[in-house]
Amino acid sequence: MDPVVALDQAVVLVGRFPALAGATLAVEGGERLLLRGPNGAGKTTLLRCCAGLVPVVDGRASVLGVDLRSDRRSVRPHVGMLGHWTQLYDDLTVADNMRFWGRAAGASDPEIQVALERLEVGRRLRRVPVSQLSAGQRRRVALAVLVARRPRLWLLDEPHAGLDSQGRDLVDDLLVEASAAGATVLFASHELERAGSVATRSVAVVGGAATELRIEQAGDVR
Amino acid sequence: MFADAALVARKDLTLELRSRVATNQILPLAVLVLVVFAFAFDANTTLLRIAGPGLFWVAVLFAGLLVVQRAFSIEGADGIHDALRLSGLEPSAMFLGKLVSIGVQLLVLEAALMVGVVLFFDVGVSDIALLVAATVTGTVAFAAAGVIYGVLSLGVRVRETLLPLLVVPVVAPVLLAATRAFEPALGVTADSGWNWVALLFVVAAVYTSLGLVSFGPLLEDG
Amino acid sequence: MASPPSPASSSPSPVRTTAAPTASVATRVLGGLSLVMLAVTVLLALVITPADVVQGEAVRLMYAHLPTIWVAYGSFAAAAVASALYLWPRTRRRHWDRVAGATAEVGTVFTALCLATGMLWGRITWGVYWQWDARLTTTLLLFVVYLGYLAVRRLPAEPVVRSRRSAITALIAVVNIVIVRYSVDWWNTLHQKASLTATDPEITGEMLGALLFSLATFTVLASWLIVHRYRLIRLEELRDEEGLQRAITERRAEAGLGVAG
Repeated sequence: MDPVVALDQAVVLVGRFPALAGATLAVEGGERLLLRGPNGAGKTTLLRCCAGLVPVVDGRASVLGVDLRSDRRSVRPHVGMLGHWTQLYDDLTVADNMRFWGRAAGASDPEIQVALERLEVGRRLRRVPVSQLSAGQRRRVALAVLVARRPRLWLLDEPHAGLDSQGRDLVDDLLVEASAAGATVLFASHELERAGSVATRSVAVVGGAATELRIEQAGDVR
Repeated sequence: MFADAALVARKDLTLELRSRVATNQILPLAVLVLVVFAFAFDANTTLLRIAGPGLFWVAVLFAGLLVVQRAFSIEGADGIHDALRLSGLEPSAMFLGKLVSIGVQLLVLEAALMVGVVLFFDVGVSDIALLVAATVTGTVAFAAAGVIYGVLSLGVRVRETLLPLLVVPVVAPVLLAATRAFEPALGVTADSGWNWVALLFVVAAVYTSLGLVSFGPLLEDG
Repeated sequence: MASPPSPASSSPSPVRTTAAPTASVATRVLGGLSLVMLAVTVLLALVITPADVVQGEAVRLMYAHLPTIWVAYGSFAAAAVASALYLWPRTRRRHWDRVAGATAEVGTVFTALCLATGMLWGRITWGVYWQWDARLTTTLLLFVVYLGYLAVRRLPAEPVVRSRRSAITALIAVVNIVIVRYSVDWWNTLHQKASLTATDPEITGEMLGALLFSLATFTVLASWLIVHRYRLIRLEELRDEEGLQRAITERRAEAGLGVAG
């Protein structure tokens, strides 16, 4: 089976700086891959590259069968990304935001409702402007958007950050459910203990390149 | 395509409804500009009446630049730029949606300014059809130019100064034509204003077409 | 042109490997020709041609003003064509982006000259520095449009992003200038003001010959400037490319990987 993500000596620039200077990575469908590495190693850029957001200037890169060098735009509807930013409009309510981002991704209203309930965003909270939410609550809403999109590739940058332990458990459950349903998950995290128990495989990203240092066995794949 | 455009327009207008920036901040400023003109012309009522059409459109220029700036400052924050690219929305639909939302906000401001001009500059409306036609076509042309350059300067740090520099020369012929059309509509001269409305229509059509085509590439390069 | 240093060298090398003069046989010929032609033009304009029947000696400004219009609008058209060629996938080459950048800069200078000479000429013939006639107004807006284009070119961004943004800006600017010209022309028919075009003297015989010669002179002069500017852009790109290669090598060293293949 073709790998969902296949990078070979990919070079990606951020401004003039080579954030990825020859990344090689292969990810199979259904995997939950953990990206580890120090700050500035290029984990975020790697995730953005897989989302088709940044141009690849050298090497080979293909995600979900799409060649990123020639047509990275067409991969975007099939991926879902959770970054450092909330990616929500501050002045709009949770419901407004969900309606906009969900519908834009082609989700129906029932699907949006289901996503909000899955992330345990209460009915009362849905009428509150995002600017008045706590960081953890905003994360949940952002995750709800991701869930409503039903992407085939999940890309998450520090998904546990800002969440209480209940929220973190929820994230772990979501990731396992997603890969069980056939999606592939790539996530970057500094919390190696928790992340290690969710991930099926782990890769170290250093200096703009991804290298497999060791293959780690995760807990049972549920 | 139209559904997506409606989604974007609705999102923008909801945002304006919740934050009330255009009504609470830009509108008073625009009316204040009319007052400042009275000071500049030393309250010479004859002069103000003759200059009324032109002064109206200068005030619209001020207000319009602020509306466009606001429309794009919300898209530049919180990683929303990335989210828009990932959203699955057609770029041309986003252009259309932005055009509609900026156009609607401008029309509201223009209605208020019109009242201001009639009151403060003692101007009478003699041809309301011409007035409306000139206002609508002029507004669409202005908004289209604003959206094109707004998206171009989306990620740019000097956006506040770059945007006016780019927009004003493009909008100058619109102001010229709209003022010429307003003069007979407000009883200042007896020329035919409909020729100028035809020119405004052509300009609006041209810039809208340019915008539909270039929004995508320009959104990418933020 | 010297080749970039091998990636194996880790010490930061100065730019000297790609620093090179932008002169060549071609530019020396163009430069020399410009000088000679300028001298001849001055002679023709100030001495040999007769004064105008209506304007008197003031008409001699025409030999400077009209060619600058020609170069200003010509460079603009060239920048627009180059931008279009850059955007069109079949003909996309960095070369066209450089052409657009070089012609736009030179064009800006000549537009400023055009406005200056026009104002001087106007001062002498009608007593005022400015008239809102079609030509002057459009040229003034052209100048501002040029400045906007240069501002977009200067924005910090990846080279491809900058080129594409500038190219799109240039094309929209062309449409804009056409619209401006048309509207201002129309506006002018409402007022019968004195205009530089209306007072353009009847140009025949020696004056025509001299004018054509000065047009040729300014074209050669502008070409010389454009070639130098183009090469300067190319050198800047080479320097940036070198810097990038070095950055990639350092980055890979961080990862403990070898030199890129």
